[in-house]
Amino acid sequence: MEEKQSLISPPVPLAQLGEDQNLKPRMETRGLSVYYGKKMGVGSVTMPIYTNQVTALIGPSGCGKTTFLRALNRMHDLTPIARVEGEAILDGQNIYTPGVDPVEIRRKIGMVFQKPNPFPTLSIYDNVVAGLKLLGVGKKSVLDEAAERSLRQSALWDEVKDRLRAPGMSLSGGQQQRLCIARALAVQPEVLLMDEPTSALDPISTQAIEDLMTTLKKHVTIVIVTHNMQQAARVSDFTGYFLTGELVEFGPTNTLFTAPKDPRTEAYITGRFG
Amino acid sequence: MATVRTQSRPSTSPLYRAFGDRLFAGLVLLLCLLIIGIVLLIGWQLGWNGARAFEVFGIVGFLSSTAWNPVTDVYGAWPFILGTLITSLLALALAFFPALAVAIFATEYAPRWLGNVLSYALELLASLPSVIYGLWGLSVLVPALRGVQQSLFLWASDHAQWLLPVLGNPIGIGLSAAVMVLAVMVIPYTASLAKDSIALVPAVQREAAYGLGATKWEVIRMAVVPYARGGILAGVILGLTRALGETMAVVLVIGNNKNLPFTLFGPATTIPSAIVNEFGEAQGLQLSSLLALGFILFLISGVLNLLAAWIVKRMSVDGRL
Amino acid sequence: MTQISGNLRRRQLWDKVMLGLLVLGSLVVVAPLVLVLSKVFLTGFSALNLAFFTQDFQPVEAGGGGLRHAIVGTILMNLLALLIGGTLGLAGGILLSEYPDHPVNPTLRVISDLLNGLPALLKGLVIYTLVVIPTGSFSGYAGALALGLVMVPIVLRATEGVLKLVPWNVREAGLGLGLPRWRVILSLVLPAASSGVITGLMLGFARAAGEAAPLYFTAGGSQYLNFNLSQQTESLALTIYKYANEPSPLRVEQAWAAALVLTLLVLIASLLARWVARVRP
Repeated sequence: MEEKQSLISPPVPLAQLGEDQNLKPRMETRGLSVYYGKKMGVGSVTMPIYTNQVTALIGPSGCGKTTFLRALNRMHDLTPIARVEGEAILDGQNIYTPGVDPVEIRRKIGMVFQKPNPFPTLSIYDNVVAGLKLLGVGKKSVLDEAAERSLRQSALWDEVKDRLRAPGMSLSGGQQQRLCIARALAVQPEVLLMDEPTSALDPISTQAIEDLMTTLKKHVTIVIVTHNMQQAARVSDFTGYFLTGELVEFGPTNTLFTAPKDPRTEAYITGRFG
Repeated sequence: MATVRTQSRPSTSPLYRAFGDRLFAGLVLLLCLLIIGIVLLIGWQLGWNGARAFEVFGIVGFLSSTAWNPVTDVYGAWPFILGTLITSLLALALAFFPALAVAIFATEYAPRWLGNVLSYALELLASLPSVIYGLWGLSVLVPALRGVQQSLFLWASDHAQWLLPVLGNPIGIGLSAAVMVLAVMVIPYTASLAKDSIALVPAVQREAAYGLGATKWEVIRMAVVPYARGGILAGVILGLTRALGETMAVVLVIGNNKNLPFTLFGPATTIPSAIVNEFGEAQGLQLSSLLALGFILFLISGVLNLLAAWIVKRMSVDGRL
Repeated sequence: MTQISGNLRRRQLWDKVMLGLLVLGSLVVVAPLVLVLSKVFLTGFSALNLAFFTQDFQPVEAGGGGLRHAIVGTILMNLLALLIGGTLGLAGGILLSEYPDHPVNPTLRVISDLLNGLPALLKGLVIYTLVVIPTGSFSGYAGALALGLVMVPIVLRATEGVLKLVPWNVREAGLGLGLPRWRVILSLVLPAASSGVITGLMLGFARAAGEAAPLYFTAGGSQYLNFNLSQQTESLALTIYKYANEPSPLRVEQAWAAALVLTLLVLIASLLARWVARVRP
C-alpha cells in the first residue's frame, strides 16, 4: 500500500530511485476505476505515464491491464455497460470532465490494437492519411508529407513507397500492424496506446515492432499492454504490474524486474504463476 | 461393441439397419433430385416453349422489337424488358438510402429493444402478401399520388413546358405508382441483409476509426459501411430480383400500357404484368412469346440470385468481400 | 492544434445531421408498414362480418355474399401444397444437414437458391404449360402444385437451419446406442428440432397463402364452394386481386377483409417463428 500511495506525487519516488530528474508525466491517473455493470474491472489505479517513455502494463490475462489501457482514451464510452470513475489527466486536464469531447481525446491519444485492422477498402496511402482527412486536411502536399513521415516513423516506408496505392489489406500481418501504427502516428498524437500489438504476429514482425518502439518514443509517449514479460523488459522504461484489477506495483522497468518490492510481483516475474 | 448391442437388441439387426439406412437415404435423395429436376424443368419449359418466338423473330429481333400485336401475330419484348428494368431500378434507387438508413440506425444507434422492433417491422414488411400491397397501392396510394401528380403537372404546364412529355398523364395509375409500391416491397430485403452484415462488422474495425478520433458517423462511413459492403450489395441484388419478378402489386397499379415511350406518371408495363394480362387468350406464337418473356425473367433473376447467394456465402466465410 | 479543434465543432454538427437523416430514413421505412397495416386492420375489421365466413359468392345486387368458397379453397390447396412442398423441403433440409458430404449437396444448394428467388409467377406459368394445358382445365391440384413450389425453398432452408442447430452428440448418442442412421434422424434429430421445423412449415404456409400470381395461371379461381380440387378453385389472395379492381365499393371492402385474414395469418406465423427462436436456447 505504501508504494502505491507515494506514486500520487511521482517526482518523489523517482528522486528516491535516483532516476533522471527531468521526467515529466504526460498523463496521470488518479483513482481510476472501471466497472462493467456492477462488476469491477479495474480498481482505483493511480499511476503516471512519463513523457517520451515507454510504459508497459503487464500481468496475467484477465488482470485488467487492457481495461485500464482502454480507459486512457475513453474507449469504454463505446460499451454501454462500462462505467469509469476517477481521473485520467492529460496535460493537466481530466479527460473525463463533462464537456470534454472523447473524439478530441482519441485524436490526442492514439491506439494500436491486438489484431492489425486497416480499413479494408482503403489503399495504404489512404489508410495512413484517413485521420488527417477527418481533421479536414485536404491539401495533397500536406497529406503526402504526413504519409511519408508516418510511414518512415513506423519503418514501413521503404517496403511500400512504390505501391502506396495498393490496398492496405494486401500487406502481410506485420506490415499491416506497422501500417496501423503509421495511421495512428499521422494525426500526431501525444500518447500512443498499444494493446498487445505483437500478439498476432510472427517473431520477425514482433522484432520489427519492438525496434520501432525504441525509436518512436522520441516523438510520442507510449503505453503498451503485453502478456509477454520479456517484451516488457526489452522495450519499456517503466512497468506497471496488474493483478485482479489492481495495480500491484509500478516503477522503472529494471528496478521492477530485478528488485520487485511486492512479493506478488516477484512471484509473477520469476514465473511462479501467470 | 456394435455386435454386443445388436445381440441385446434384436430390432437392430444388420439387415434392418443397412436396408433401412439405404432406403431412407435413397428416398431423401430421390426427393432432392425431384427438386432439382423441377427447377431444371421450369427452365426447360420456358426456354423450349419460348424458343419458337426466338426462332420466328430472331433473338435480337424479339428482344429489340416494340411490336406486340396478336392480330398480325407479331411480337417483340422490348417494351416489357424496358418497363421491368425501369420500374425495378427506380424502385431500388428509391429504396436504397432508406434501407441503408434503417439498417445503420437499427444496428449502430438504436437501443436493443428498438433494434428488435425495427427488425420485426422489416420482417413483417417482407412477409406481407404482395397482393395486399397492390390493393393498398390501388385504393390508397394511387388517389393520393394523383393529386400530387396533377399539381406538379399544372405547375409544369405553366413554368416548364418541356417537362410535360417526361411527366405524362397525371392519372395516378402508372409507372410512378408501381415504382413506389415496389420500393416499399424491396426495402425489407435490402435492409435485412445490410443489417445482418453490419452486425457482423468486428469491433476492432470500429475501434480503428474511433481510435483515430472519428465521430460516430465517421466511424460508420470509414469502417462500418466499407466493411459491410458485400452484404449491402447482396441485399441490393436480392431486392432487385424481388422487384423484377413482382407481379400482382405491379399489375394492379402500373396501368399496363405497352406503347412506348413510357412517361414518369403515365401507364407502363413489365414482363410479369404482360404475362398476367395476356396469357388468358394466348395461343401459338403469342403464348410462345409470353413464355419467352418468362424465360428472360428466369435468366435474369436466376443470375442475380446466384450472384447474391455467392456474395452472402463469401461474406459469412471471411467477413468481407 | 487550433485548426484541428476548429473543425471538430463542424464534424460534431455533421454527426448530428447524419443521425437525423438516419432517423428520417428509418421513419420512411416504417411509415408504409404502419400505413398499410392500419388500413388493413381498420378497413378489414369494419368489412368483416359473419357472412364473410358463412356465405359464398353472390352478386353485389344480392348482397355480395361472403368468401367461404375462397377460404375453403385456400385451405384445401395450401394443405395439399404443404404436403408437396413440406415433403420436398424436409427432404432437402435433411440431405443438406444430415448428409453434409453428399455429392448432390452443392447442386441442391444452388437449385434451392434459384427456386427461392424465382418469381412465383413463373412457377405458376410453368405449371400452366405442364398441367393446365394438357388437362384442358384449371384445377385446384395445379394450384396446389404451384404453391408447393413456393413452399419448397422456405421449408428447405428452415429445416436445414434448425437441424444444424441440433448438437452432434445427439446423433452420436443415438448411433452409439446401435440405432440405424435413419432412426436417429427420424426419432432423435427431427423431434429435437421439431419446433423449428414446424415454424418453417408455417412460414411456408403463410407465404404460399398470400400468393395470387401462381394461382392465376393454375387454380383459375371460382365463384362456387367446392371441395374437389380437380375443379377450378378460388383463393383469398386471388379474390383480393380480382376484387381490388371491381367498381363496387362492396367488393373492395371484401378484398380488405380478405387482406385482414391473410395478414393475421402472416402475423401469427411470424410471431410463432420469433417465439420458437427465443425458446430455443
